Amino acid sequence: MAAIIELENISKHYSPTIIGVDNVSLTVEDGEFVTLLGPSGCGKSTLLRMIGGFEEPTAGVIRLGDQDVTLDPPYKREVNMVFQDYALFPHMTIGENVAYGLKTFKLDKNTVRTRVKDALTLVGLYEKVNQRPQQLSGGQRQRIALARAIVRRPKVLLLDEPLSALDAKLREQMQIELKHLHEKIGITFIMVTHDQTEALVMSDRVVVMEKGRIAQQGRPQDLYDHPATPYVANFIGTTTFLPGTVADGADGVATIDVAGTRISAHPEIELAKGATVTVGLRPEKVKLLAEGETAENELEGKITEVIYYGLGLRISVALADGSKIDADTLLPDKLSHSTLPQVGAPVRLGVATHNIFVFEGKVTP
Amino acid sequence: MARKTPSLISRYGADTGFMTFVAFLMAFLYIPIWVLIAFSFNDSRSLTWPLSGFTLDWYRKLAENSDLHAAIGNSFYVASLATVLTLLVGVPAAMVLHKVSFPGKSVFRRLILLPITLPGIVTGISMLNMFKLMGFPLSLETVVLGHATALLGVVVTQVYARLQRLPKSLEEAAYDLGATPWRTFVDVTLPNIRSAIIGAGLLSFVLSFDEIPVTFFLTGRDNTLPMYIYSTMRRGVTPEINAVGTIIVLLSLILIIVAVVAGRERKK
Repeated sequence: MAAIIELENISKHYSPTIIGVDNVSLTVEDGEFVTLLGPSGCGKSTLLRMIGGFEEPTAGVIRLGDQDVTLDPPYKREVNMVFQDYALFPHMTIGENVAYGLKTFKLDKNTVRTRVKDALTLVGLYEKVNQRPQQLSGGQRQRIALARAIVRRPKVLLLDEPLSALDAKLREQMQIELKHLHEKIGITFIMVTHDQTEALVMSDRVVVMEKGRIAQQGRPQDLYDHPATPYVANFIGTTTFLPGTVADGADGVATIDVAGTRISAHPEIELAKGATVTVGLRPEKVKLLAEGETAENELEGKITEVIYYGLGLRISVALADGSKIDADTLLPDKLSHSTLPQVGAPVRLGVATHNIFVFEGKVTP
Repeated sequence: MARKTPSLISRYGADTGFMTFVAFLMAFLYIPIWVLIAFSFNDSRSLTWPLSGFTLDWYRKLAENSDLHAAIGNSFYVASLATVLTLLVGVPAAMVLHKVSFPGKSVFRRLILLPITLPGIVTGISMLNMFKLMGFPLSLETVVLGHATALLGVVVTQVYARLQRLPKSLEEAAYDLGATPWRTFVDVTLPNIRSAIIGAGLLSFVLSFDEIPVTFFLTGRDNTLPMYIYSTMRRGVTPEINAVGTIIVLLSLILIIVAVVAGRERKK
C-alpha cells in the first residue's frame, strides 16, 4: 500500500505558549480508516483542519499523494470534509447540495445527475433529492453530508466528529454504516472523535493524541491490550491503577508488590528491582473468584459498592491497604439476581498474569 | 373545581385588562392615521369634526401641483441613490468586519456605527461645512451623500448581525467543495444574507425618504417631499397634505406586503 497522506513534523502554534499541534508526523496508507482520538483540546481537530486546508501549520509539510499541499487552499485539495454540524446549504435542495461539489469539474448535466443519484443512492436517500435540509432528521442530514463529500471522489475523506450530534442508538447504527461505506468505496477515511468506542469499532488504526502530540497509535486491539502509557490505558477502555514496587524483575517476568500482595506480570519495559511502578487492571479482566477457585494472581478485599448496569455488575473492592479496584462480572442467569454480591462481603479477585499492565513511575490519573 | 373557578375568573379579568390596554395602544397609534385619511376625503377646507361631505378634490389638486410632483420625484431619486450607495459600501464593510481581523478593528466598527447615534443635525452641519470647504455646490447629490453616510450604520449592523449568525462551516464547506472565495460569496454567503440586505435596503429607503435634518442642510434649491410638506405646513395643515399623507400610507402598505411576501417565498 502506498501512503496517501504524509504529515511531516506538523506544528500549529497560535502563540509561543498556546500550542495546538506539536511536531506531529503521521503517515496514512491509501484506503485506510484512521481515527484521531483524544479529549477536547488535544489538537485532533486542528490536525484534521490542517489536512483539509482550513488552517495553515506554522511548521512542517503536508503531502497528499506525492504533492506538497501544505499551503494550498481547501478548494485546490482533493480531500473532502464531513463537518460536525453537516454544514448543508439551507437555501439549496438536497440534490443541489450534493451537485454543488461537481460544479468545478464542468461535467455535462447527465453525468452530474447520474453521479448525484449514485451518491444519494449509496446513502439510501435518493427519494429526498428535492427536499431541503431543514426537512430532514439529524441522521438523514448526516448521510447527505457524506454523499456531498464522496460525490467528488476525493482521495481522502475527512470526518470531524461526524456522529457526535446523533442520539446513542442512531450513532451505533451509523458507526457500522460508515464502516461498511468505507469498505464499499475504498476511499481513505480520517476521522476525529473523542468517543473511544467509535474509534475502536470503526478504525483500522487509532491515533491517540495528548496535548498536541501523538501519545500512541496502532490497531484498536493493540492499543487496548498494550497501552504504552497510563493516559492511553485510561482513555481507551477503563483501567484502575494501583501503586506497586518491583520485587524482582528478570527475563520478561516481574514480581511486584501491590497492596500487600505479591503478583507477577509481563511488563513491556525493563524494570529494576525496587523501582516504583503503577499497575493497571481493566475491570473486565478482573474476576470474582468463587470458593475453591484459583487464579494466577489473587487479591483480597471487601466489597464497597455494587453497580448494576443490566449486562452485568461493576463491583468496587477495597484491598487490604485501602486502595480500590473495580471488577466487572456478567450476570449469566436471571436467577443469579438472588445471589448478588453484597456490600461489605469479603471477596477474592483473580487476574491472569498477561492481563496486568505495568507502567514506570507513580501515576495519579 | 370550586377552587379553580375564581382563578379562571381572575385570569379572564387579567386577559380583558391586557386586551383593553392593547386596544388603547393600537388606537393611540392608528387613530391619527385614520383621521388623516378621513380628512383627505372631506369637502371642507377647515379640519373640523364632523365631516361635511365626500370629495376627491384634494387629490385632483395634487395631480395638478407641479411643485409637489418635483418634490416626490426628488425624494425617490435621493432615497434610491442613497440606498444603493449605502448597500454598495455597507455590505462589503460588514463582510470585512466579519471576516478580517486587523488592528483597530473595533475602532473602525464604532466609527461606522457612529452616524446612527449622532443627531442628524450634527451630520448635516458637519457635512455642509465639508462641502463648503471643498467648494462643492449643494445639490440633490450632496443630499444623497449625506443620507448614505447617516444610513451606513443601519446597513452594516443588519448585515453584520446576519453574518455573525451564519455558521462558519457553511463557507468552509463551499471551499471544501471546490468553490473559490468569490464563488463561495455568490453561491453561499449572499443567498443566506439576502433577506438582511433587502430588509436593510428597505429600511434605508424609508428612512431616507422622510429624512429632514440632514436634507435641510445639504440640499440646494431642490426640495424633497418632507421638506415640501414642511414648507407648506407653515400655512397650516391643508387637506392637500392629508391627501399626500394618505398616498404615502398606501405606498408603505404595498411595500410592507411586498417585503413580507418576498420573505415568505424564501423560507419555502
